[in-house]
Amino acid sequence: MMRLPWFEYRAPETLAEAAQILAGEGANAALIAGGTDLLPNMKRRQMAPRVLVSVRQIPELRRNGSVLGAGVTLTEIVHKPALPLGLRQAAAQVATVHLRNMGTIGGNLCLDTRCNYYNQNYEWRKAIDFCLKKDGDICWVATASKRCVAMSSTDCAPALLALGARVRLVSATGEREIALEDLYNNDGIDYLRRRPDEILTELSVPSAPSNYWKLRRRGAFDFPVLGVAAALIDGSARLALGAVASRPFLVDRANDFLRGKALSDEVIEEAGRLAASRAKPMDNADLDLYWRKDVSAAFVGYALRELRGDDMRETRRRITRYQPA
Amino acid sequence: MKVIGKPRRRVDGRAKVTGLTRFADDVVLPRMLHMKMLRSPHPHALIESIDVSRAAAYAGVHLVLTGKDFPASFGILPITQDEYPLAPEHVRYIGDPVAAVVARDEQTACEALELIEVRYQPLDTISSPEEALAKPEPRLHAYSERGNIHRLQAFQFGDADAAIAQSDYVFEDLFFYEGNTHLPIEQHACVAALDADGKLTLWSSTQVPHYVHRALARVLQMPASQIRVIATPNGGGFGGKCDVCNHEMVAGKAAMMLGRPVKICLTREEVFYMHRGRHPVLMKFRTGVSKDGKLTGMHLQTLVDGGAYGSYGVASTFYTGALQTVTYELPRYQFEAARVFTNKPPCGPKRGHGTPQPRFGQEIQLDKIAERLGKDPAELRLGMLVKPNSLTANWLKIGSIGLEQCIRTVVERSDWKQRFRKMGPGRGLGLACGSYLCGAGLPIYWNKMPQSGVQMLLDRSGQITVFCGATEIGQGSDDVLAAIVAEVLGVDPQEVRCITGDTGITPVDLGSYSSRVTVMMGNAAIHAAEKLKAMLAEAAAEELEVVPDRLQFANGHVSFDARSLTFAEAVVLAEVKFGTLGAVGSYSPPRAPGRYKGAGVGPSPAYSYSACVVEAEVDAATGWIRIPKIWIAHDIGRTINPVLARGQVEGSVYMGLSEALMEEQVFRRLPAKLSRALVHKFPSLLEYKSITSLDMPEVDTVLIEDPDPNCPFGAKEVGQGPLLPVMPAVANAIYDAVGVRIDELPITPDKVMRALELKAAGKPARVGPEHFPAVPYPAPIVVPPPWEGGDGKEAKRDDAAAVV
Amino acid sequence: MTRAEISLSVNGEPVEVTFAPYKTLLELLREDLALTGTKHGCELGECGACAVLIDGEPQLSCLLLALECAGRSVETVEGMAESWQSGAGLHPLQAAFADLGAAQCGYCTPGILLTAKALLAHEPEPSRERIQEAISGNLCRCTGYQQIVEAIEEGARRMADESHR
Repeated sequence: MMRLPWFEYRAPETLAEAAQILAGEGANAALIAGGTDLLPNMKRRQMAPRVLVSVRQIPELRRNGSVLGAGVTLTEIVHKPALPLGLRQAAAQVATVHLRNMGTIGGNLCLDTRCNYYNQNYEWRKAIDFCLKKDGDICWVATASKRCVAMSSTDCAPALLALGARVRLVSATGEREIALEDLYNNDGIDYLRRRPDEILTELSVPSAPSNYWKLRRRGAFDFPVLGVAAALIDGSARLALGAVASRPFLVDRANDFLRGKALSDEVIEEAGRLAASRAKPMDNADLDLYWRKDVSAAFVGYALRELRGDDMRETRRRITRYQPA
Repeated sequence: MKVIGKPRRRVDGRAKVTGLTRFADDVVLPRMLHMKMLRSPHPHALIESIDVSRAAAYAGVHLVLTGKDFPASFGILPITQDEYPLAPEHVRYIGDPVAAVVARDEQTACEALELIEVRYQPLDTISSPEEALAKPEPRLHAYSERGNIHRLQAFQFGDADAAIAQSDYVFEDLFFYEGNTHLPIEQHACVAALDADGKLTLWSSTQVPHYVHRALARVLQMPASQIRVIATPNGGGFGGKCDVCNHEMVAGKAAMMLGRPVKICLTREEVFYMHRGRHPVLMKFRTGVSKDGKLTGMHLQTLVDGGAYGSYGVASTFYTGALQTVTYELPRYQFEAARVFTNKPPCGPKRGHGTPQPRFGQEIQLDKIAERLGKDPAELRLGMLVKPNSLTANWLKIGSIGLEQCIRTVVERSDWKQRFRKMGPGRGLGLACGSYLCGAGLPIYWNKMPQSGVQMLLDRSGQITVFCGATEIGQGSDDVLAAIVAEVLGVDPQEVRCITGDTGITPVDLGSYSSRVTVMMGNAAIHAAEKLKAMLAEAAAEELEVVPDRLQFANGHVSFDARSLTFAEAVVLAEVKFGTLGAVGSYSPPRAPGRYKGAGVGPSPAYSYSACVVEAEVDAATGWIRIPKIWIAHDIGRTINPVLARGQVEGSVYMGLSEALMEEQVFRRLPAKLSRALVHKFPSLLEYKSITSLDMPEVDTVLIEDPDPNCPFGAKEVGQGPLLPVMPAVANAIYDAVGVRIDELPITPDKVMRALELKAAGKPARVGPEHFPAVPYPAPIVVPPPWEGGDGKEAKRDDAAAVV
Repeated sequence: MTRAEISLSVNGEPVEVTFAPYKTLLELLREDLALTGTKHGCELGECGACAVLIDGEPQLSCLLLALECAGRSVETVEGMAESWQSGAGLHPLQAAFADLGAAQCGYCTPGILLTAKALLAHEPEPSRERIQEAISGNLCRCTGYQQIVEAIEEGARRMADESHR
């Protein structure tokens, strides 16, 4: 049986107390909410934090009103019709029923980047003499690369980026609210601009017509190998991509093109082309990377056509295999 | 019949839904210790030294073992005893075990493993069959036939090449079937302990307790009578628990040395290294066809990637050719095969054992043949079916064959005639057939004893106890045993207590593999139960004053017209008359007619048949594949319990579809300039893809009953055969949908898209292997087929020339 | 080696247990409470075999710190029959699974039974599609899922019938 390493467990009841613990422990501490990302990583010894700081009991993180606490579970998001559809569709396609009952929106936004050379047991990684992201010197995906190319695999972030969400970060020394876009770096190791002493406490999510299309092999379990989010902001479609880089990102070139345009077939096709040119999948996830890149324009097309109001249920049935949210 | 053929709750159903079924890892004993194994991080290396001193001194550690503690090798086949419980000097794949720690708990054992220092001298990595053919050195095994070629096989049953050359049409196709693994959700586990008498007991999730029993005696160098192996119900097997495993040997040794129970449960990653799964096979089919759609000859070559050890490999390799003859009439057949060693976890038997790979090739090639001849693929097959009660070119004896009805059934139910080639762009139907053994004709080690034994006890309460070495792996072998006994004795199956898979108290049955259990155990059970029935009838007949033959055994009573005894009353009378009531039954398969060297693989008491139609939807823009529905008909001979039989069929369809679309056990060779590593690409349940409930189409299942006289109540196998037609039917359906041939598995959307792009560019719309390497196949063993005056023996060279 | 101690409810009964603090609920149930009906296939959240109900909702016991289960209510397969007040009998879902071939090897069965029970608590008459979606986080290698889906439909019918009695 895969087992966790030894750790010290702390369960602060207030945000201030949690922030104090992080201030004292620094990088030795890890926050745990749902645990569905952290605990597998700990079992595989990708991480061995000395202290686990549970945020389960902190009331601010459980807020589920106009602001969304970071500790709200993905299942709760799916079942909250007031939230924009794109976010709910993204949450509904994360992992499995069980993991959505456990995993939180904050956890999904902070999801560790993933790579087939990294998400392996200690013994496997030892056999390749480790990799850039953890304990090694080489990126095995791109051996000439100085940068880790592990892939951002969050479903909810692209959906929230398209919507223009903001997040609040709290530490013992203060707090700040930033655009979600500014939470991420395009670096597989240093992928978050959250400081180790900061806690992601809540999100503000603007409402807008929106949707999310996820490419994965199976109808459940799998992380995205492509995520396309679209939202209608001030009359213009806005696209965000996930799982094609070390960060989720707004597709600026496509979005500039889309601004002020009606979603004609021609516009959709050109937006798909522009967005696809920005997709940089690597050979570190499921399915053929060239194919993943090739189909990104088609997925952008699905998202924009659905946003336009086309009936995409049949395509959904083929791709998603169920009606998410 | 009162029991056979009636849908019922299986006899072990309650245990399975209450969590009370005790799997190996659920066995907990007082003072039990926990074991972990240290595994090689190198794909190929020599061990220079192992220092266990720090691990042995670690608090909580009770024992550290290395290869030095195991002088004897083992292996499932007598001719390939090439594994050691812990590698003494040579490691051959990443994951090959080199040391073991036994400690107070698993956590401590894991910590101590990190303190073992092993110095390796790395060797060059042999990563593929091509490399194995090209590089005889470094050699994985000294005993191999030639360099890194483990085994070469070649047979000629009539002059196939000449027949093909004279044919109206010749088809030559290459196919590749990627390796995949069983993926039982239960990880292998075992517990070894000394009993009160100082004898060793091993509880293990194994499909083959008898073979584990023999291997333990060999490895531990102690009498088999001092060892008891109990096969706990398996949480899925599919062939993955058919081999004798390193951890079973090491746990047994540790328990013997410590005098305390020792448990090990493999992690999921370790299960991928244990493997013994489907061999990757490259195939070349050269087939002659006459204008009227008959096969004139086939020349099949296979190249089999065996991984690092022998396992069942010699048999698996034979199976890539042995069953090509049992479905369609094939007058002349040449078969050449090679299995090579590579630095990967060993391959072995998975559901269908060696036959799904050539079945995939053959059934796609038939689809191509039908198209070229302008025939309907179903009609083409119907025109060439093997005749019942016939001999094949390679001297296999065919009994019953319900394949015609299988084909007609799926054709009708899928509305094939109205829809095939007529569904419009992106949608299609594909058809394929298959056939499989109902038990291998020969045991794994040469002997003339029965292959299955059943012992029964009746006591005066009316209690019926049946003992058999057969192993419950989820397929329902206990239910088959109870049902057959209950049918003979006229009681409810729930009244029968089954005690199975325990070498300490049950008669030998060779295990749950090769779809042998229903036929072999079933026949042995009938044999035993009929003896007891005769005794009961004789005693009851005296009481009821009728002749024994007239008595009915049904509904828990022994009766003639209105005269009736309860079953328990009859038992009491019989016990008075005969003393304590017991009986044994045994079964040996009929002797096969083939007499040539290699004739041992292929014979079976009977063959099952299946036909399958798959519907596919393919998105031409992305290559995305959706399978909305599958129709399958399986010639089961006779259904024992329709609920379980249907489950076996649907489970086979599921596994076949999963193999067709996504499953692959593949490895990543790191850049050779930087590393020798050859790692399993993703040894996890997340990244080894298997289909979920959302990916599974509706399956329309029909059981065709054509009872076979060699089988108990006519019942043939159902656990493996229905898998076989699924993969080629998927490939054929995709061709019908978008006109591209994917001649390799798995069929993924990127391959479909690549083929569509080739098609758009006016090139051959096919993705598959392009090249078959030169393999030094030996001169074939020449065996004239029955219709060329042969006697089943190898022809002397001169005779062979005469035959030609 | 410091040990942790928590109180929780397991199958409706209060339990106090001490354990090594690194343990997950899965390890706690199987190793410290002898409830081996909960299975494991990966311990990484990749198969669903270890699913149990936490406060009525299906979660994976392999990814729940035992420490975080203090004060919560856990239901395992061992408690299912009693939860239906069936005593020595079976919960209707269990009976349907046994009758309709939904359990072949029986290894993924406990996780699926509990997942199905939670589904039916929210949706007493789910569509076939909803059932397939609800159990899509539970891998089964034996059945091909069809008989499982049918057994959940049958279990739902039997629950409705028995409730009306």
